[in-house]
Amino acid sequence: MKKMKRFGLLLLMTCCMIALAACGSAEKGSTDAKQGSSLEAIKKDKKIVFGVKNDTRLFGLKNPSSGDIEGFDIDIAKAITKEMLGDEGKAEFKEVTSKTRIPLLQKGDIHAIVATMTITEERKKEVNFSDVYFEAGQSLLVKKGSDIQSIDDLKKSTKVLAVKGSTSSQNIREKAPEASVLEFENYQEAFTALKSNQGQVLTTDNAILFGMADEDSNYEVVGGTFTDEPYGIAVKKGDEELTEAINKALKALKDNGEYDKIHKKWIKE
Amino acid sequence: MLRFSILTENFHLYLEGFKYTIGASVIALIGSFFIGTLIAIMRIAPLRPLNWLGTAYVEFIRNIPLLLITFVFFFGLPVLGIVADGFTAGTIALSIYTSAFIAEAIRAGIQAVPLGQMEAARASGLSYGGTMRYIILPQAIKIVIPPLGNQFINLVKNSSILGVIAGFDLMYQGDLIASRTFVTFDVYIFVAMFYLLLTIPLSLGVGYLEKRLARSH
Repeated sequence: MKKMKRFGLLLLMTCCMIALAACGSAEKGSTDAKQGSSLEAIKKDKKIVFGVKNDTRLFGLKNPSSGDIEGFDIDIAKAITKEMLGDEGKAEFKEVTSKTRIPLLQKGDIHAIVATMTITEERKKEVNFSDVYFEAGQSLLVKKGSDIQSIDDLKKSTKVLAVKGSTSSQNIREKAPEASVLEFENYQEAFTALKSNQGQVLTTDNAILFGMADEDSNYEVVGGTFTDEPYGIAVKKGDEELTEAINKALKALKDNGEYDKIHKKWIKE
Repeated sequence: MLRFSILTENFHLYLEGFKYTIGASVIALIGSFFIGTLIAIMRIAPLRPLNWLGTAYVEFIRNIPLLLITFVFFFGLPVLGIVADGFTAGTIALSIYTSAFIAEAIRAGIQAVPLGQMEAARASGLSYGGTMRYIILPQAIKIVIPPLGNQFINLVKNSSILGVIAGFDLMYQGDLIASRTFVTFDVYIFVAMFYLLLTIPLSLGVGYLEKRLARSH
Protein backbone atom coordinates (compact mmCIF):
# COMPACT_ATOMS: atom_id res chain seq x y z
CA MET A 1 0.00 0.00 0.00
CA LYS A 2 2.80 2.39 0.97
CA LYS A 3 4.61 1.73 -2.29
CA MET A 4 1.47 2.54 -4.30
CA LYS A 5 1.12 5.86 -2.49
CA ARG A 6 4.75 6.69 -3.10
CA PHE A 7 4.47 5.80 -6.75
CA GLY A 8 1.29 7.82 -7.11
CA LEU A 9 3.01 10.82 -5.59
CA LEU A 10 5.97 10.41 -7.92
CA LEU A 11 3.69 10.24 -10.94
CA LEU A 12 1.83 13.34 -9.80
CA MET A 13 5.08 15.25 -9.29
CA THR A 14 6.29 14.25 -12.76
CA CYS A 15 3.05 15.40 -14.38
CA CYS A 16 3.21 18.69 -12.52
CA MET A 17 6.80 19.29 -13.57
CA ILE A 18 6.01 18.58 -17.20
CA ALA A 19 2.94 20.85 -17.08
CA LEU A 20 4.93 23.66 -15.44
CA ALA A 21 7.76 23.30 -17.89
CA ALA A 22 5.35 23.23 -20.81
CA CYS A 23 3.69 26.42 -19.55
CA GLY A 24 7.13 27.96 -19.26
CA SER A 25 8.03 27.12 -22.82
CA ALA A 26 4.73 28.45 -24.19
CA GLU A 27 5.34 31.84 -22.60
CA LYS A 28 8.87 32.06 -23.89
CA GLY A 29 7.82 31.24 -27.45
CA SER A 30 5.27 34.03 -27.61
CA THR A 31 7.59 36.79 -26.43
CA ASP A 32 10.30 35.91 -28.90
CA ALA A 33 8.82 37.92 -31.75
CA LYS A 34 7.98 40.86 -29.50
CA GLN A 35 11.62 41.16 -28.34
CA GLY A 36 12.43 43.46 -31.21
CA SER A 37 15.78 45.07 -31.59
CA SER A 38 18.93 43.83 -30.00
CA LEU A 39 20.72 46.64 -31.83
CA GLU A 40 20.18 48.93 -28.85
CA ALA A 41 21.65 46.33 -26.50
CA ILE A 42 24.62 45.94 -28.86
CA LYS A 43 25.27 49.69 -29.00
CA LYS A 44 24.94 49.95 -25.22
CA ASP A 45 27.25 47.02 -24.35
CA LYS A 46 29.54 47.90 -27.27
CA LYS A 47 29.87 44.30 -28.40
CA ILE A 48 28.30 41.82 -30.78
CA VAL A 49 28.25 38.14 -29.89
CA PHE A 50 28.52 35.93 -32.97
CA GLY A 51 27.86 32.23 -33.10
CA VAL A 52 30.54 30.62 -35.24
CA LYS A 53 31.76 27.13 -36.08
CA ASN A 54 34.89 25.89 -34.34
CA ASP A 55 35.41 22.74 -36.37
CA THR A 56 35.11 23.87 -39.97
CA ARG A 57 38.34 24.47 -41.82
CA LEU A 58 38.35 27.70 -43.88
CA PHE A 59 35.21 29.05 -42.21
CA GLY A 60 35.47 28.67 -38.46
CA LEU A 61 38.26 26.56 -36.99
CA LYS A 62 39.86 26.80 -33.57
CA ASN A 63 43.63 26.96 -33.82
CA PRO A 64 44.83 24.50 -31.16
CA SER A 65 48.09 26.34 -30.45
CA SER A 66 46.78 29.89 -30.22
CA GLY A 67 43.23 29.11 -29.12
CA ASP A 68 41.90 31.66 -31.63
CA ILE A 69 39.12 30.81 -34.03
CA GLU A 70 40.06 31.47 -37.64
CA GLY A 71 38.15 31.47 -40.92
CA PHE A 72 36.08 33.28 -43.52
CA ASP A 73 33.07 33.60 -41.21
CA ILE A 74 35.21 35.03 -38.43
CA ASP A 75 36.81 37.64 -40.68
CA ILE A 76 33.44 38.67 -42.10
CA ALA A 77 32.04 38.99 -38.56
CA LYS A 78 35.01 41.10 -37.47
CA ALA A 79 34.75 43.33 -40.56
CA ILE A 80 31.02 43.85 -39.96
CA THR A 81 31.71 44.70 -36.30
CA LYS A 82 34.28 47.26 -37.45
CA GLU A 83 31.66 48.84 -39.76
CA MET A 84 28.97 48.86 -37.07
CA LEU A 85 30.92 49.67 -33.89
CA GLY A 86 34.17 51.04 -35.25
CA ASP A 87 36.42 48.38 -33.75
CA GLU A 88 36.68 44.74 -34.79
CA GLY A 89 37.88 43.88 -31.30
CA LYS A 90 34.28 44.40 -30.11
CA ALA A 91 33.29 41.15 -31.83
CA GLU A 92 32.87 38.22 -29.43
CA PHE A 93 32.65 34.64 -30.59
CA LYS A 94 30.73 31.68 -29.20
CA GLU A 95 31.00 28.16 -30.57
CA VAL A 96 27.94 26.74 -32.33
CA THR A 97 27.17 23.67 -34.41
CA SER A 98 24.49 23.20 -37.07
CA LYS A 99 22.39 21.61 -34.36
CA THR A 100 22.80 24.27 -31.66
CA ARG A 101 22.96 27.55 -33.59
CA ILE A 102 19.26 28.34 -33.81
CA PRO A 103 18.43 27.31 -30.22
CA LEU A 104 21.30 29.49 -28.92
CA LEU A 105 20.11 32.45 -31.01
CA GLN A 106 16.55 32.04 -29.77
CA LYS A 107 17.79 31.74 -26.19
CA GLY A 108 19.62 35.02 -26.56
CA ASP A 109 23.12 33.64 -25.95
CA ILE A 110 24.24 35.12 -29.30
CA HIS A 111 23.17 38.14 -31.36
CA ALA A 112 23.91 36.69 -34.77
CA ILE A 113 24.87 33.43 -36.46
CA VAL A 114 27.76 33.49 -38.92
CA ALA A 115 28.26 29.77 -39.27
CA THR A 116 28.07 28.41 -42.81
CA MET A 117 24.30 28.73 -42.53
CA THR A 118 22.27 28.30 -45.70
CA ILE A 119 19.27 30.58 -46.26
CA THR A 120 16.15 28.43 -46.67
CA GLU A 121 12.43 29.19 -46.66
CA GLU A 122 11.90 26.88 -43.71
CA ARG A 123 14.61 28.56 -41.63
CA LYS A 124 13.19 31.99 -42.52
CA LYS A 125 10.20 30.99 -40.36
CA GLU A 126 12.50 30.78 -37.33
CA VAL A 127 15.10 33.49 -37.98
CA ASN A 128 15.76 36.67 -39.95
CA PHE A 129 18.48 36.40 -42.59
CA SER A 130 20.83 39.06 -43.90
CA ASP A 131 21.73 39.31 -47.58
CA VAL A 132 23.80 36.50 -49.03
CA TYR A 133 27.43 36.70 -47.96
CA PHE A 134 28.73 33.53 -49.63
CA GLU A 135 27.59 31.29 -52.49
CA ALA A 136 28.23 27.62 -51.83
CA GLY A 137 26.73 24.42 -53.24
CA GLN A 138 26.24 20.94 -51.83
CA SER A 139 28.74 18.33 -52.98
CA LEU A 140 30.28 14.98 -52.06
CA LEU A 141 33.52 13.96 -50.34
CA VAL A 142 34.92 10.50 -50.95
CA LYS A 143 38.15 8.60 -50.47
CA LYS A 144 40.39 8.98 -53.53
CA GLY A 145 39.67 6.14 -55.93
CA SER A 146 36.11 5.58 -54.71
CA ASP A 147 33.43 4.22 -57.06
CA ILE A 148 31.27 7.16 -56.14
CA GLN A 149 31.94 10.04 -58.48
CA SER A 150 28.56 11.77 -58.58
CA ILE A 151 25.21 11.84 -56.86
CA ASP A 152 23.89 9.18 -59.27
CA ASP A 153 26.34 6.67 -57.84
CA LEU A 154 24.57 6.65 -54.46
CA LYS A 155 22.78 3.29 -54.18
CA LYS A 156 20.69 1.48 -51.57
CA SER A 157 23.80 0.04 -49.92
CA THR A 158 25.54 3.40 -49.71
CA LYS A 159 25.90 4.97 -46.30
CA VAL A 160 25.99 8.74 -46.57
CA LEU A 161 27.41 10.74 -43.68
CA ALA A 162 26.05 14.17 -42.79
CA VAL A 163 25.69 16.52 -39.84
CA LYS A 164 22.58 16.85 -37.67
CA GLY A 165 20.65 20.00 -38.46
CA SER A 166 22.30 20.76 -41.79
CA THR A 167 20.36 21.44 -44.98
CA SER A 168 22.68 18.89 -46.61
CA SER A 169 21.21 16.00 -44.63
CA GLN A 170 17.67 16.93 -45.72
CA ASN A 171 18.71 17.54 -49.33
CA ILE A 172 20.54 14.24 -49.68
CA ARG A 173 17.49 12.33 -48.46
CA GLU A 174 15.50 14.00 -51.27
CA LYS A 175 18.11 13.59 -53.99
CA ALA A 176 19.20 10.05 -53.11
CA PRO A 177 16.28 8.49 -51.23
CA GLU A 178 17.51 4.88 -51.48
CA ALA A 179 20.78 5.53 -49.67
CA SER A 180 20.87 5.49 -45.87
CA VAL A 181 21.95 8.65 -44.09
CA LEU A 182 23.91 8.70 -40.82
CA GLU A 183 24.00 12.05 -39.02
CA PHE A 184 26.64 13.20 -36.56
CA GLU A 185 27.12 16.00 -34.06
CA ASN A 186 29.56 18.08 -36.11
CA TYR A 187 31.77 17.97 -39.21
CA GLN A 188 34.86 16.67 -37.45
CA GLU A 189 32.93 13.66 -36.16
CA ALA A 190 31.35 13.07 -39.55
CA PHE A 191 34.78 13.24 -41.18
CA THR A 192 36.25 10.86 -38.58
CA ALA A 193 33.36 8.51 -39.33
CA LEU A 194 34.23 8.72 -43.04
CA LYS A 195 37.85 7.97 -42.28
CA SER A 196 36.69 5.00 -40.17
CA ASN A 197 34.70 3.62 -43.10
CA GLN A 198 31.43 4.03 -41.23
CA GLY A 199 30.17 5.46 -44.52
CA GLN A 200 31.35 5.79 -48.10
CA VAL A 201 30.62 9.44 -48.70
CA LEU A 202 30.22 12.66 -46.76
CA THR A 203 27.92 15.37 -47.98
CA THR A 204 27.73 19.04 -47.15
CA ASP A 205 28.62 22.40 -48.73
CA ASN A 206 31.56 22.25 -51.09
CA ALA A 207 33.26 25.04 -49.18
CA ILE A 208 33.39 22.89 -46.04
CA LEU A 209 34.42 19.83 -48.05
CA PHE A 210 37.33 21.69 -49.63
CA GLY A 211 38.54 22.38 -46.12
CA MET A 212 38.45 18.66 -45.33
CA ALA A 213 40.22 17.68 -48.54
CA ASP A 214 42.76 20.34 -47.63
CA GLU A 215 43.29 18.63 -44.28
CA ASP A 216 43.65 15.05 -45.59
CA SER A 217 44.88 14.50 -49.13
CA ASN A 218 43.41 10.97 -49.24
CA TYR A 219 40.00 12.53 -49.79
CA GLU A 220 38.61 14.49 -52.70
CA VAL A 221 35.50 16.47 -53.58
CA VAL A 222 33.53 14.92 -56.46
CA GLY A 223 30.29 15.34 -58.35
CA GLY A 224 30.21 19.11 -58.73
CA THR A 225 27.49 20.99 -56.86
CA PHE A 226 23.93 19.72 -57.01
CA THR A 227 22.27 22.46 -54.98
CA ASP A 228 22.72 26.15 -54.31
CA GLU A 229 23.64 26.97 -50.75
CA PRO A 230 23.60 30.73 -50.25
CA TYR A 231 25.01 31.57 -46.79
CA GLY A 232 23.36 34.29 -44.73
CA ILE A 233 23.85 35.83 -41.31
CA ALA A 234 20.94 34.93 -39.04
CA VAL A 235 19.48 37.08 -36.28
CA LYS A 236 16.39 36.72 -34.12
CA LYS A 237 13.13 36.55 -36.01
CA GLY A 238 11.49 39.96 -36.26
CA ASP A 239 14.65 41.91 -35.50
CA GLU A 240 14.46 44.14 -38.61
CA GLU A 241 16.76 46.81 -37.18
CA LEU A 242 19.68 44.47 -36.64
CA THR A 243 19.10 42.80 -40.03
CA GLU A 244 19.27 46.15 -41.79
CA ALA A 245 22.33 47.23 -39.86
CA ILE A 246 24.15 44.04 -40.85
CA ASN A 247 23.06 44.39 -44.49
CA LYS A 248 24.34 47.95 -44.54
CA ALA A 249 27.67 46.79 -43.15
CA LEU A 250 27.87 43.94 -45.69
CA LYS A 251 27.21 46.30 -48.57
CA ALA A 252 29.93 48.64 -47.32
CA LEU A 253 32.39 45.74 -47.22
CA LYS A 254 31.52 44.72 -50.76
CA ASP A 255 31.88 48.31 -51.98
CA ASN A 256 35.19 49.13 -50.32
CA GLY A 257 36.97 45.92 -51.34
CA GLU A 258 37.24 44.41 -47.82
CA TYR A 259 34.92 41.57 -48.84
CA ASP A 260 37.07 40.60 -51.83
CA LYS A 261 40.17 40.67 -49.66
CA ILE A 262 38.62 38.26 -47.15
CA HIS A 263 37.27 36.04 -49.94
CA LYS A 264 40.67 35.81 -51.61
CA LYS A 265 42.35 35.02 -48.30
CA TRP A 266 40.25 31.94 -47.58
CA ILE A 267 38.78 30.65 -50.82
CA LYS A 268 41.48 29.56 -53.21
CA GLU A 269 39.65 28.41 -56.31
CA MET B 1 1.33 23.98 -23.99
CA LEU B 2 3.26 21.20 -25.65
CA ARG B 3 2.85 20.96 -29.40
CA PHE B 4 1.44 17.45 -29.66
CA SER B 5 1.53 17.73 -33.45
CA ILE B 6 5.28 17.16 -33.13
CA LEU B 7 4.55 13.79 -31.53
CA THR B 8 1.80 12.74 -33.95
CA GLU B 9 3.59 13.85 -37.12
CA ASN B 10 6.79 12.12 -36.14
CA PHE B 11 5.35 9.18 -34.26
CA HIS B 12 6.81 6.62 -36.67
CA LEU B 13 10.28 8.05 -36.01
CA TYR B 14 9.82 8.04 -32.24
CA LEU B 15 8.58 4.45 -32.47
CA GLU B 16 11.54 3.42 -34.62
CA GLY B 17 13.92 4.94 -32.09
CA PHE B 18 12.01 3.30 -29.26
CA LYS B 19 12.47 -0.12 -30.91
CA TYR B 20 16.21 0.42 -31.31
CA THR B 21 16.53 1.58 -27.71
CA ILE B 22 14.70 -1.52 -26.47
CA GLY B 23 16.82 -3.71 -28.75
CA ALA B 24 20.09 -2.24 -27.55
CA SER B 25 18.97 -2.37 -23.91
CA VAL B 26 17.88 -6.01 -24.04
CA ILE B 27 21.02 -7.19 -25.85
CA ALA B 28 23.29 -5.19 -23.56
CA LEU B 29 21.33 -6.43 -20.54
CA ILE B 30 21.99 -10.04 -21.45
CA GLY B 31 25.57 -9.39 -22.54
CA SER B 32 26.53 -7.38 -19.48
CA PHE B 33 24.95 -9.96 -17.18
CA PHE B 34 27.02 -12.79 -18.61
CA ILE B 35 30.25 -10.82 -18.78
CA GLY B 36 29.56 -9.38 -15.33
CA THR B 37 29.00 -12.78 -13.75
CA LEU B 38 32.17 -14.08 -15.35
CA ILE B 39 34.21 -11.16 -14.06
CA ALA B 40 32.67 -11.45 -10.60
CA ILE B 41 33.64 -15.11 -10.36
CA MET B 42 37.14 -14.23 -11.59
CA ARG B 43 37.45 -11.69 -8.81
CA ILE B 44 36.64 -14.14 -6.03
CA ALA B 45 38.12 -17.31 -7.50
CA PRO B 46 41.04 -18.77 -5.53
CA LEU B 47 43.46 -17.95 -8.37
CA ARG B 48 45.58 -14.83 -8.00
CA PRO B 49 46.06 -13.99 -11.72
CA LEU B 50 42.28 -14.25 -12.27
CA ASN B 51 41.63 -11.97 -9.31
CA TRP B 52 44.03 -9.43 -10.70
CA LEU B 53 42.52 -9.56 -14.21
CA GLY B 54 39.00 -9.19 -12.87
CA THR B 55 39.92 -6.27 -10.64
CA ALA B 56 41.82 -4.54 -13.43
CA TYR B 57 38.85 -4.90 -15.74
CA VAL B 58 36.37 -3.48 -13.24
CA GLU B 59 38.55 -0.58 -12.11
CA PHE B 60 39.44 0.40 -15.65
CA ILE B 61 36.00 0.16 -17.25
CA ARG B 62 34.13 1.70 -14.32
CA ASN B 63 36.33 4.75 -14.22
CA ILE B 64 36.32 5.90 -17.83
CA PRO B 65 33.37 7.62 -19.51
CA LEU B 66 30.86 5.52 -21.41
CA LEU B 67 31.20 7.97 -24.29
CA LEU B 68 34.89 7.20 -24.49
CA ILE B 69 34.31 3.45 -24.62
CA THR B 70 31.68 4.03 -27.29
CA PHE B 71 34.06 6.07 -29.41
CA VAL B 72 36.71 3.37 -29.05
CA PHE B 73 34.35 0.80 -30.53
CA PHE B 74 32.89 3.09 -33.18
CA PHE B 75 35.96 5.02 -34.36
CA GLY B 76 38.75 2.84 -33.00
CA LEU B 77 37.80 -0.67 -34.12
CA PRO B 78 37.93 0.27 -37.83
CA VAL B 79 41.61 1.01 -37.37
CA LEU B 80 41.97 -2.71 -36.67
CA GLY B 81 39.88 -3.49 -39.73
CA ILE B 82 36.54 -4.16 -37.98
CA VAL B 83 33.78 -1.73 -38.86
CA ALA B 84 30.85 -2.02 -36.46
CA ASP B 85 27.93 0.26 -37.25
CA GLY B 86 26.47 2.69 -34.74
CA PHE B 87 23.97 0.28 -33.22
CA THR B 88 26.44 -2.60 -32.91
CA ALA B 89 29.34 -0.54 -31.59
CA GLY B 90 27.07 1.25 -29.16
CA THR B 91 25.48 -1.94 -27.84
CA ILE B 92 28.86 -3.58 -27.33
CA ALA B 93 30.17 -0.49 -25.53
CA LEU B 94 27.04 -0.42 -23.37
CA SER B 95 27.46 -4.12 -22.47
CA ILE B 96 31.11 -3.74 -21.57
CA TYR B 97 30.51 -0.59 -19.51
CA THR B 98 27.56 -2.02 -17.60
CA SER B 99 29.29 -5.38 -17.06
CA ALA B 100 31.82 -3.71 -14.76
CA PHE B 101 29.03 -2.46 -12.50
CA ILE B 102 27.17 -5.77 -12.71
CA ALA B 103 30.37 -7.59 -11.76
CA GLU B 104 30.70 -5.47 -8.66
CA ALA B 105 27.07 -5.98 -7.67
CA ILE B 106 27.33 -9.75 -8.13
CA ARG B 107 30.64 -9.97 -6.32
CA ALA B 108 29.17 -8.11 -3.36
CA GLY B 109 26.17 -10.44 -3.46
CA ILE B 110 28.31 -13.56 -3.48
CA GLN B 111 30.50 -12.29 -0.67
CA ALA B 112 27.40 -11.45 1.36
CA VAL B 113 26.44 -15.12 1.44
CA PRO B 114 27.66 -16.41 4.79
CA LEU B 115 31.11 -18.02 4.60
CA GLY B 116 29.73 -21.06 6.36
CA GLN B 117 27.78 -22.00 3.25
CA MET B 118 30.94 -22.40 1.19
CA GLU B 119 32.69 -24.34 3.97
CA ALA B 120 29.73 -26.67 4.50
CA ALA B 121 29.32 -27.30 0.78
CA ARG B 122 33.01 -28.06 0.24
CA ALA B 123 33.03 -30.24 3.35
CA SER B 124 30.11 -32.28 1.99
CA GLY B 125 32.13 -33.02 -1.13
CA LEU B 126 30.96 -30.43 -3.70
CA SER B 127 33.59 -29.01 -6.03
CA TYR B 128 34.25 -25.26 -6.15
CA GLY B 129 32.30 -24.97 -9.38
CA GLY B 130 29.44 -27.07 -8.04
CA THR B 131 29.26 -25.01 -4.85
CA MET B 132 29.05 -21.81 -6.81
CA ARG B 133 26.40 -23.18 -9.09
CA TYR B 134 24.06 -24.87 -6.60
CA ILE B 135 24.65 -23.15 -3.26
CA ILE B 136 26.32 -19.75 -3.50
CA LEU B 137 25.00 -18.19 -6.70
CA PRO B 138 21.30 -18.88 -6.08
CA GLN B 139 21.56 -17.19 -2.67
CA ALA B 140 23.68 -14.40 -4.05
CA ILE B 141 21.17 -13.65 -6.76
CA LYS B 142 18.47 -12.85 -4.19
CA ILE B 143 20.75 -10.32 -2.51
CA VAL B 144 21.86 -8.91 -5.78
CA ILE B 145 18.49 -8.24 -7.43
CA PRO B 146 17.93 -4.65 -6.16
CA PRO B 147 21.38 -3.29 -7.17
CA LEU B 148 21.19 -5.26 -10.43
CA GLY B 149 17.79 -3.82 -11.13
CA ASN B 150 19.16 -0.32 -10.65
CA GLN B 151 22.06 -1.04 -12.99
CA PHE B 152 19.62 -2.19 -15.64
CA ILE B 153 17.60 0.98 -15.32
CA ASN B 154 20.86 2.92 -15.71
CA LEU B 155 21.59 0.80 -18.75
CA VAL B 156 18.37 1.85 -20.45
CA LYS B 157 19.22 5.49 -19.83
CA ASN B 158 22.83 5.00 -20.93
CA SER B 159 21.64 3.45 -24.19
CA SER B 160 21.13 7.05 -25.26
CA ILE B 161 24.82 6.98 -26.10
CA LEU B 162 23.74 5.49 -29.42
CA GLY B 163 22.50 8.96 -30.26
CA VAL B 164 25.97 10.35 -30.88
CA ILE B 165 27.14 7.58 -33.17
CA ALA B 166 24.09 7.35 -35.43
CA GLY B 167 22.73 4.31 -33.58
CA PHE B 168 19.14 5.06 -34.67
CA ASP B 169 17.89 4.94 -31.08
CA LEU B 170 15.35 7.20 -29.36
CA MET B 171 17.89 9.94 -28.62
CA TYR B 172 19.17 9.93 -32.22
CA GLN B 173 15.67 10.20 -33.66
CA GLY B 174 14.93 12.98 -31.19
CA ASP B 175 18.02 14.87 -32.35
CA LEU B 176 16.98 14.57 -35.98
CA ILE B 177 13.41 15.70 -35.34
CA ALA B 178 14.59 18.61 -33.20
CA SER B 179 17.14 19.85 -35.71
CA ARG B 180 14.61 19.58 -38.51
CA THR B 181 11.67 21.27 -36.78
CA PHE B 182 13.59 23.56 -34.37
CA VAL B 183 10.95 22.81 -31.69
CA THR B 184 13.72 21.62 -29.39
CA PHE B 185 11.94 21.58 -26.03
CA ASP B 186 8.80 19.70 -27.05
CA VAL B 187 10.72 17.09 -29.05
CA TYR B 188 12.88 16.13 -26.08
CA ILE B 189 9.99 16.09 -23.62
CA PHE B 190 8.41 13.42 -25.79
CA VAL B 191 11.74 11.56 -25.90
CA ALA B 192 11.79 11.67 -22.10
CA MET B 193 8.27 10.26 -21.99
CA PHE B 194 9.33 7.29 -24.09
CA TYR B 195 12.27 6.62 -21.79
CA LEU B 196 9.93 6.79 -18.79
CA LEU B 197 7.76 4.20 -20.54
CA LEU B 198 10.74 1.86 -20.16
CA THR B 199 12.25 2.91 -16.85
CA ILE B 200 9.12 3.23 -14.74
CA PRO B 201 7.88 -0.34 -15.40
CA LEU B 202 11.42 -1.62 -14.84
CA SER B 203 11.57 0.21 -11.56
CA LEU B 204 8.19 -1.16 -10.52
CA GLY B 205 9.25 -4.64 -11.63
CA VAL B 206 12.39 -4.48 -9.52
CA GLY B 207 10.34 -3.36 -6.54
CA TYR B 208 7.95 -6.26 -7.03
CA LEU B 209 10.81 -8.76 -7.33
CA GLU B 210 12.37 -7.38 -4.17
CA LYS B 211 9.15 -7.96 -2.26
CA ARG B 212 8.69 -11.49 -3.57
CA LEU B 213 12.26 -12.47 -2.75
CA ALA B 214 12.00 -10.99 0.72
CA ARG B 215 8.87 -13.08 1.35
CA SER B 216 10.61 -16.35 0.50
CA HIS B 217 12.98 -15.76 3.42
